[in-house]
Amino acid sequence: MINAVGREIPEEVLAATGKKVFEGAYAYDNYEYKKAAPTVRAMVDPNRSKMVSSIREALEKCGIRDGMVLSFHHHFREGDYVVNMVMEEVHNMGIKDITICASSLGKANDAIVPYIEDGTIVGIQSSGVRGKIGEAISTGKLRDLAIMRSHGGRVRAIETGEVHIDIAFIGAPTCDEYGNCRPNGGKSDCGVLSYAMADAKYADKVVAVTDCLVPFPNVPASISMSDVDYVCVVDEIGNPAKIATGAAKPTTDVRKLMMADYCTQFVIHTPYFKEGFSYQTGVGGASIASTISLGKIMEERGIHMGFGVGGITTPMCDLLERGLIRTIVDTQDFDLGAIESIKKNPNHIEISASEYANPMNKGAYVNRLDFVILAALEVDVNFNCNVVVGSDGMITGAQGGHPDTAAGAKCTIVIAPLLQGRIPAICTNVTTVTTPGETVDVVITDYGIAINPRRQDLIECMKGVNLPFCTIEELRDKAYSIVGEPSPVQFDDRVVGVIESRDGTVLDVVRKIKEFTFDD
Amino acid sequence: MFLNCQKPSLIKDPYIYGPDSIMLDLEDAVAENQKDAARYSLYHALQEIDYRGVERVVRINGLDTPHWREDIRVCVAGGADTIRIAKTESAQDVRTVEEAVLAAEREFGRPEGSTLLMAALESCRGVLNALEICESSERLIGIALSGGDYTKDLQTKITGTGVELMGARQHMIMAARAAGVQCWDTVFTNLDDMEGFRKETEMIKLMGFDGKSLVNPRQIRVVHEVFTPTEKDIIFAEKVVREIDDKKAKGIGVFTVDGKMIDIAFYDGAKRTIELAKASGVYEGDL
Repeated sequence: MINAVGREIPEEVLAATGKKVFEGAYAYDNYEYKKAAPTVRAMVDPNRSKMVSSIREALEKCGIRDGMVLSFHHHFREGDYVVNMVMEEVHNMGIKDITICASSLGKANDAIVPYIEDGTIVGIQSSGVRGKIGEAISTGKLRDLAIMRSHGGRVRAIETGEVHIDIAFIGAPTCDEYGNCRPNGGKSDCGVLSYAMADAKYADKVVAVTDCLVPFPNVPASISMSDVDYVCVVDEIGNPAKIATGAAKPTTDVRKLMMADYCTQFVIHTPYFKEGFSYQTGVGGASIASTISLGKIMEERGIHMGFGVGGITTPMCDLLERGLIRTIVDTQDFDLGAIESIKKNPNHIEISASEYANPMNKGAYVNRLDFVILAALEVDVNFNCNVVVGSDGMITGAQGGHPDTAAGAKCTIVIAPLLQGRIPAICTNVTTVTTPGETVDVVITDYGIAINPRRQDLIECMKGVNLPFCTIEELRDKAYSIVGEPSPVQFDDRVVGVIESRDGTVLDVVRKIKEFTFDD
Repeated sequence: MFLNCQKPSLIKDPYIYGPDSIMLDLEDAVAENQKDAARYSLYHALQEIDYRGVERVVRINGLDTPHWREDIRVCVAGGADTIRIAKTESAQDVRTVEEAVLAAEREFGRPEGSTLLMAALESCRGVLNALEICESSERLIGIALSGGDYTKDLQTKITGTGVELMGARQHMIMAARAAGVQCWDTVFTNLDDMEGFRKETEMIKLMGFDGKSLVNPRQIRVVHEVFTPTEKDIIFAEKVVREIDDKKAKGIGVFTVDGKMIDIAFYDGAKRTIELAKASGVYEGDL
């Protein structure tokens, strides 16, 4: 069946998942449903302890068995130890057919690939995967379909009951013996625990895993004791050097600076750039450079940002310190500066992933965004973006908040160099659609800027602005004229993954990759 | 802006940064054993890449090397707009290159005289011979100072104050103006000192230079900002041109514009300001 972004979704995928095809980014507005609820075991006896001596004991007390769904958060990023230590124990216990429901998985979790190969893990649901797990999925080693969801889409799936978490493992930089978890104050601080909040509320069993047990009560708690069944102390929950590093030095790459400058100029010429505007950006060199240059213009013109959202970096916190941002609402911290900021600045606050981006709660922050600055591996002439599947067909990235913020923001800007090495980033058809083009307004490249024809209002207000505007087709043609039009990646017929839209419908599928063969 | 021909990634699309002229380098930036590879890259770049109107200058190896003749053949075959002669010391150097260029134009069927020349002055002798160099050839469009080699020859160093280059700069700009050719200043290599770069650019503009050689695209904007006439400059220049035209018809030689005394001596300068504004893409008037 063909969906609203023109992708053929095989009937057997729809039958196997019970899903519908994508009908448009806003098709589920006003959709009514009853929220799922977890099974709770009451803690009436005040003398009973929540402390367990090992991950194994936690698993045993939670009643681990074949076929369960275990969940994890990715706030420890490439420094995460929790997924690997839990799955190693699950494997040692001989448990099979586990589905991992993680907010994201990275190279830090490469160690679980053997458990995919031996059937310990048969399902993966994540915002994306990098490293060897991506290769394992793309080469067909995972038994079930991998499901890739945006951050908002994941909370929706949990809250609607589409996925039911049996046991949630919550890595907590500090925790007390009754389960109050905080993201800071220990040796593996991660700033916020936003992605774990839905897990704590909706999982049947919740295990807090910490390497810093603190006196009760550990408050204000990001994850409350009222949701936590067990507390397990381990030597290390993560590698602090890889959880957060010092702020990246602002880029000196002139190509990125030029794109950042185009972005800033575009932003300030829209009607949304006014006192109290809202803004989100990523961690790429061009995005950060754009934040820095926007800050200068805000200062010159006396314009303040009402709120900044999302994954936070030091340059955003600098703007907060300088009084140029009223509030930062934070779901993830990308560097030490951001973590320090949330510890000390009362206007820098932690929010849940649901508040951030869930399309099916009663209103998320992304809906209040004026601007979001995003990146992409590929953008096609319909402005569809791909941020998950590499141009070689291998799963190598994450949706993250990309589709959520694009759908919510009044002005969605994607910055991408025209060529990624010898691969054209602007193309006729993206390898995989992960953010629908109807939600993407502007594409900024080093060779020119294309505004989505759906946004005639933006085209109108950019008249007379001295920026290199062109059509998206011209950008694609320029890219193809330089590096040629690449042959499509060759895939097997077997579907190995589903790219879920934020509303739970099927945006696209990912197929098993095939060894490339040359035409005769 | 200098670009190393040994690196295809650098020469594939420098026009996106908006330089007026790119200097495709076969000389110092290219390793001695990579000269032939750099020539191949250069040839294909000149043939295949649409540089969108940006002038394509090639810096060839010096006349004291075994490379310069082949460099010239490649430049002409590829269709370079201009050849920059390294280490020019005399009018004869320019004429030697001119002969080889002419031969190459005949060999590759290019219109005779279509390949222009510029001379880099890199030694005290070259600087002292600036006037004869400027007047050496119809093809010669201008001279450029190469500060690094020149200060070495002068037995001093680049200080950032400009004091060591003062004599050369003033001598060269006078020679260029006397001969009616252009004059470009040397590079500024400290990319972390953008303020110093701006100050130096402002200074050489006041000295009369037509532009500045660059080593990084980050420097382009500063040069354009310094050399682009301001709105105030343009309005004043328009008034001067209109008033002089008007007063000349009425037989008046000296008058005032915005309180400043003006006569015919201001005419060319005002016209030049307007031409520069047009070239910079900021002129919206009708002169």
